Order: sequence, then C-alpha cells, then structure tokens
Amino acid sequence: MHSKPKALWLQGLTCNGNSHSFLNHPQLGILMERFELLYHPHLPCTLSLEAVVTCMHECDLLLFEGAFEPTMRRAGVALERLLEHYGACAAQIVAVGSCASFGGVFGSSGGLDAQSQAWSEKIINLSGCPIHPEWLALILSGFAEGSAFALDAQRRPKALYAHLVHHGCTRNEYFEWKVDAKGFGVNEGCLYYDQGCRGVLSHGSCNRILWGGVSSKTRSGQPCFGCTESDFPRRDLFKTRKNMSIPHEVPLGVSKRAYLTLAGIAKTFTIERLSKDLMDD
Amino acid sequence: MSTLKRLKRREEIIEGALKLFSKGGFYQTTIPDIARTIGMSVGNFYNYFTSKEVLAKELLLYISEYLGERIRTINESDATTQEKIRAIVAMYFEMVQSRPEMIEYFLRIFLSNREVFGEGCEGTVCVSAFITEMMLFFDDGVSCGDLREQDFFSAFGLFMGYLGGMAFLCGEKVLPHALDSYVDSITQNIYRALKT
Repeated sequence: MHSKPKALWLQGLTCNGNSHSFLNHPQLGILMERFELLYHPHLPCTLSLEAVVTCMHECDLLLFEGAFEPTMRRAGVALERLLEHYGACAAQIVAVGSCASFGGVFGSSGGLDAQSQAWSEKIINLSGCPIHPEWLALILSGFAEGSAFALDAQRRPKALYAHLVHHGCTRNEYFEWKVDAKGFGVNEGCLYYDQGCRGVLSHGSCNRILWGGVSSKTRSGQPCFGCTESDFPRRDLFKTRKNMSIPHEVPLGVSKRAYLTLAGIAKTFTIERLSKDLMDD
Repeated sequence: MSTLKRLKRREEIIEGALKLFSKGGFYQTTIPDIARTIGMSVGNFYNYFTSKEVLAKELLLYISEYLGERIRTINESDATTQEKIRAIVAMYFEMVQSRPEMIEYFLRIFLSNREVFGEGCEGTVCVSAFITEMMLFFDDGVSCGDLREQDFFSAFGLFMGYLGGMAFLCGEKVLPHALDSYVDSITQNIYRALKT
C-alpha cells in the first residue's frame, strides 16, 4: 500500500474563514482520510505547531491560508522561514482564499506567488472570501489522484474559475431585459445596476457549485462582491458605481458601446411577466 | 441589379424622402411623390420599402447612425471634455446648415408623428446609435472627473434640448446671427452647466 501524501496547512494573517468554510464540507472525514495531515490549526493532525516550526519535517502538499506577512512569526519562527522550507519540499502549494492568492483584505505584500520565483510554478490560487469547501475538495482529490489542473493566467483552476459568477445565476433573465432589483433580499430583479453585483465581472462557480448545496449570494438577493478577483476588496460593495446612470464597469469582455446599445434596446420593452412578484402576487 | 447599385438606389430613396418629408410633412408626402423625385416607378419603390411607415423608421435609423458615427469619432479622439462638447455642438450646427432635412425630419416628423413610429421603434430603439454615443460621452466625462454625476436624462436633455432649440430658432429665421457664431458661447454654457 502506498503511503498517503503529507499535507500541511499553514496560516499567515487570516480570519480563519477558509478553514471554517472547509470544515463545513459534508464529506470532510472521507476526504482527509486520503492524506496524512501533518498540521492544521483546527483539525486532528500528526504534528504540533512546535514540531512544524523546527522544519525537520517535509510535506507533499502545502496549503497556505491568509496573507503572507514576512515579519510574522509562528511559534517563534519567522513565517518566511517556514514557507521557504515547506514551499521548497512541497510538490504543490495551494493558496487557500483571496488573502493567500492576492493579498485580499490584509493585502500587505500581495499573493503568495509574489514571494518566491521558486514556488510560483507550484502554486494553485484558490481565490474566494471564503473559498467554497467543494473547491478545495476538488483540488485535494486531484492531488491525491495525481491529476493536473489547467490554470488561468492568475493560476486559478479553470475548472472552477473559467466561468463568471453570472453563469447559473437565477436572475439572468432580469439581467437580459434590464429589470433591476428593487432592494436587497428580494427574489425578483437583477442586482447589477443598483446593488453592486459583480457577477458579470468575476470569475467563479458560486452559481454552479451552490453554497450549502442550495444557494448563493445572488440567489439570496445579495450582490456578488467579486471576492475571487485580485482587486478584492473594493469600496462600496453594496453599490454600483455609475456615471450619469451608466454603469462604470460593464460585463467582462463586452465593450461599453455594445453593452449600452443592447441595454438601451432591452430597457425599451416591458416584459409583464418579469415585472411581477414571483411568489407573492 | 448588383448589390452595390441596389444600395445606392436605396440611399437615393432615403435622401429624396428625407427632403420631401421634412418639407411637406409625413402625411402630405406620398410614395408616388417620392418615386417621382428620384425617377423611379412606384412599383419599384416597393422593392425597397414595403410601406411609407417602414421607410419613415429607416430614415430615423439613418439619421441616428449618421449622428452616432460623427459623435463616435469625437468620443474616440483625445480631446478634453470641453473640446468634445465644442466638437459636438459644431458638428450639430454644421449639420443643421448642410443637412437641414435631417434635423427637420427629427424635430418635425419624428417628434410630431409618434404614432408612425410605434412598433419597431419603441423607446430609443431607432435612435440607439445616437443615444449610445451620447451615453459614452457623458460616461467618459464623469469618469475623468470633468462632469458632475447626475441622472443621464437630466444632462442629455440639457445638451440636446439646447441644440434642438437652437436648430428650431435657426429654422424659424429668428436668430440674429449665423448659427456657427453661437458655437463658443453654447459650448461654455453646456460645459458650465454640467461640469463638476
């Protein structure tokens, strides 16, 4: 029997959001049985943090959560030293969450791949604030099975980030006909024009791999914040920036001229069905 | 007939019809009038446009695209917002002088005979090329911090209503000076009204 791959979970500056999200995976136990988990701050593991920081051990898979801050210390040892050692021996490094991928909320020194040329080819960025537990499960299963993932220009797995969050959004018909939501938390209307939704600008699978298996931000009437993108977080997350009623940013890859032409025509027509309440009429 | 010839003939109908409609009005101008003006049989006219209403909508699209193309050139230039305003005002006034039938058609036919432009020309559908370019102009102006953020139609009405009003006064021969002598003062007024 082959020995299990050794996985090590380290943290930089973090709110633990990705760890907590991952703990919600319904098959967490079965998934982690495929690994020897050397260290995780919240899960049963074989090493203590004190043992990890001796750098006397090696891992096959390094999972890094949080923003990298070179002066930060773990159990008295500089994070930079720990990354240098475990980053070098790992076959793959997963930047778990937007802080690890791009700097995110803490954002002091950019993403993990900016820290060392030697690592950059090993890194998979799993951006999101937090990540969906299923996204990490996919990467872990792939690693355990020796599968390679096609990555986009920002080293995110295309299997998860090739589509926009807009894909699978149940409000697409409202977007097409320019029927805007009248507020947050309502079933009807598109959240792009007023509520700051960035589903048409953000890569992610939030509306294809549903949260808790049943929902997503947009499905519950909240805007997508674009948390998977490198410019997250932005200001005014609940508001669409507009210039004289014209959205400052239009759907990814679409020229503003093309967008305004289509939007203007769509807005001309009133679709009775889309102007009614879905449930409470 | 080759496609090129057919397109040329189609344009001749459009140009001829524009002049006739803008002078005689929509209902007073007949298809035989239009056909006669361009030396075409009435039967042949119907090979190009199936009715006077269809032609009327095509004319509106034609004017919108004509204006839209010119504003697009201005939008895509490196000019400042104020320079762009001046270029749009100058272009519009030049059009009033050189192509009065276009402005007349818009002001006297389109705005006065809305029943003709119902189906197929709802809302801004037939003037989309022009409106889109004005939207892009305002969007750029606000983006670069030159223009004040406000509702699009408040700004659009101020800009185009002003120009339309001047075109009307010019058409009525009320203006004491040549239209192009107003370009600078009107540019200033529009810019001051819209700037941050």
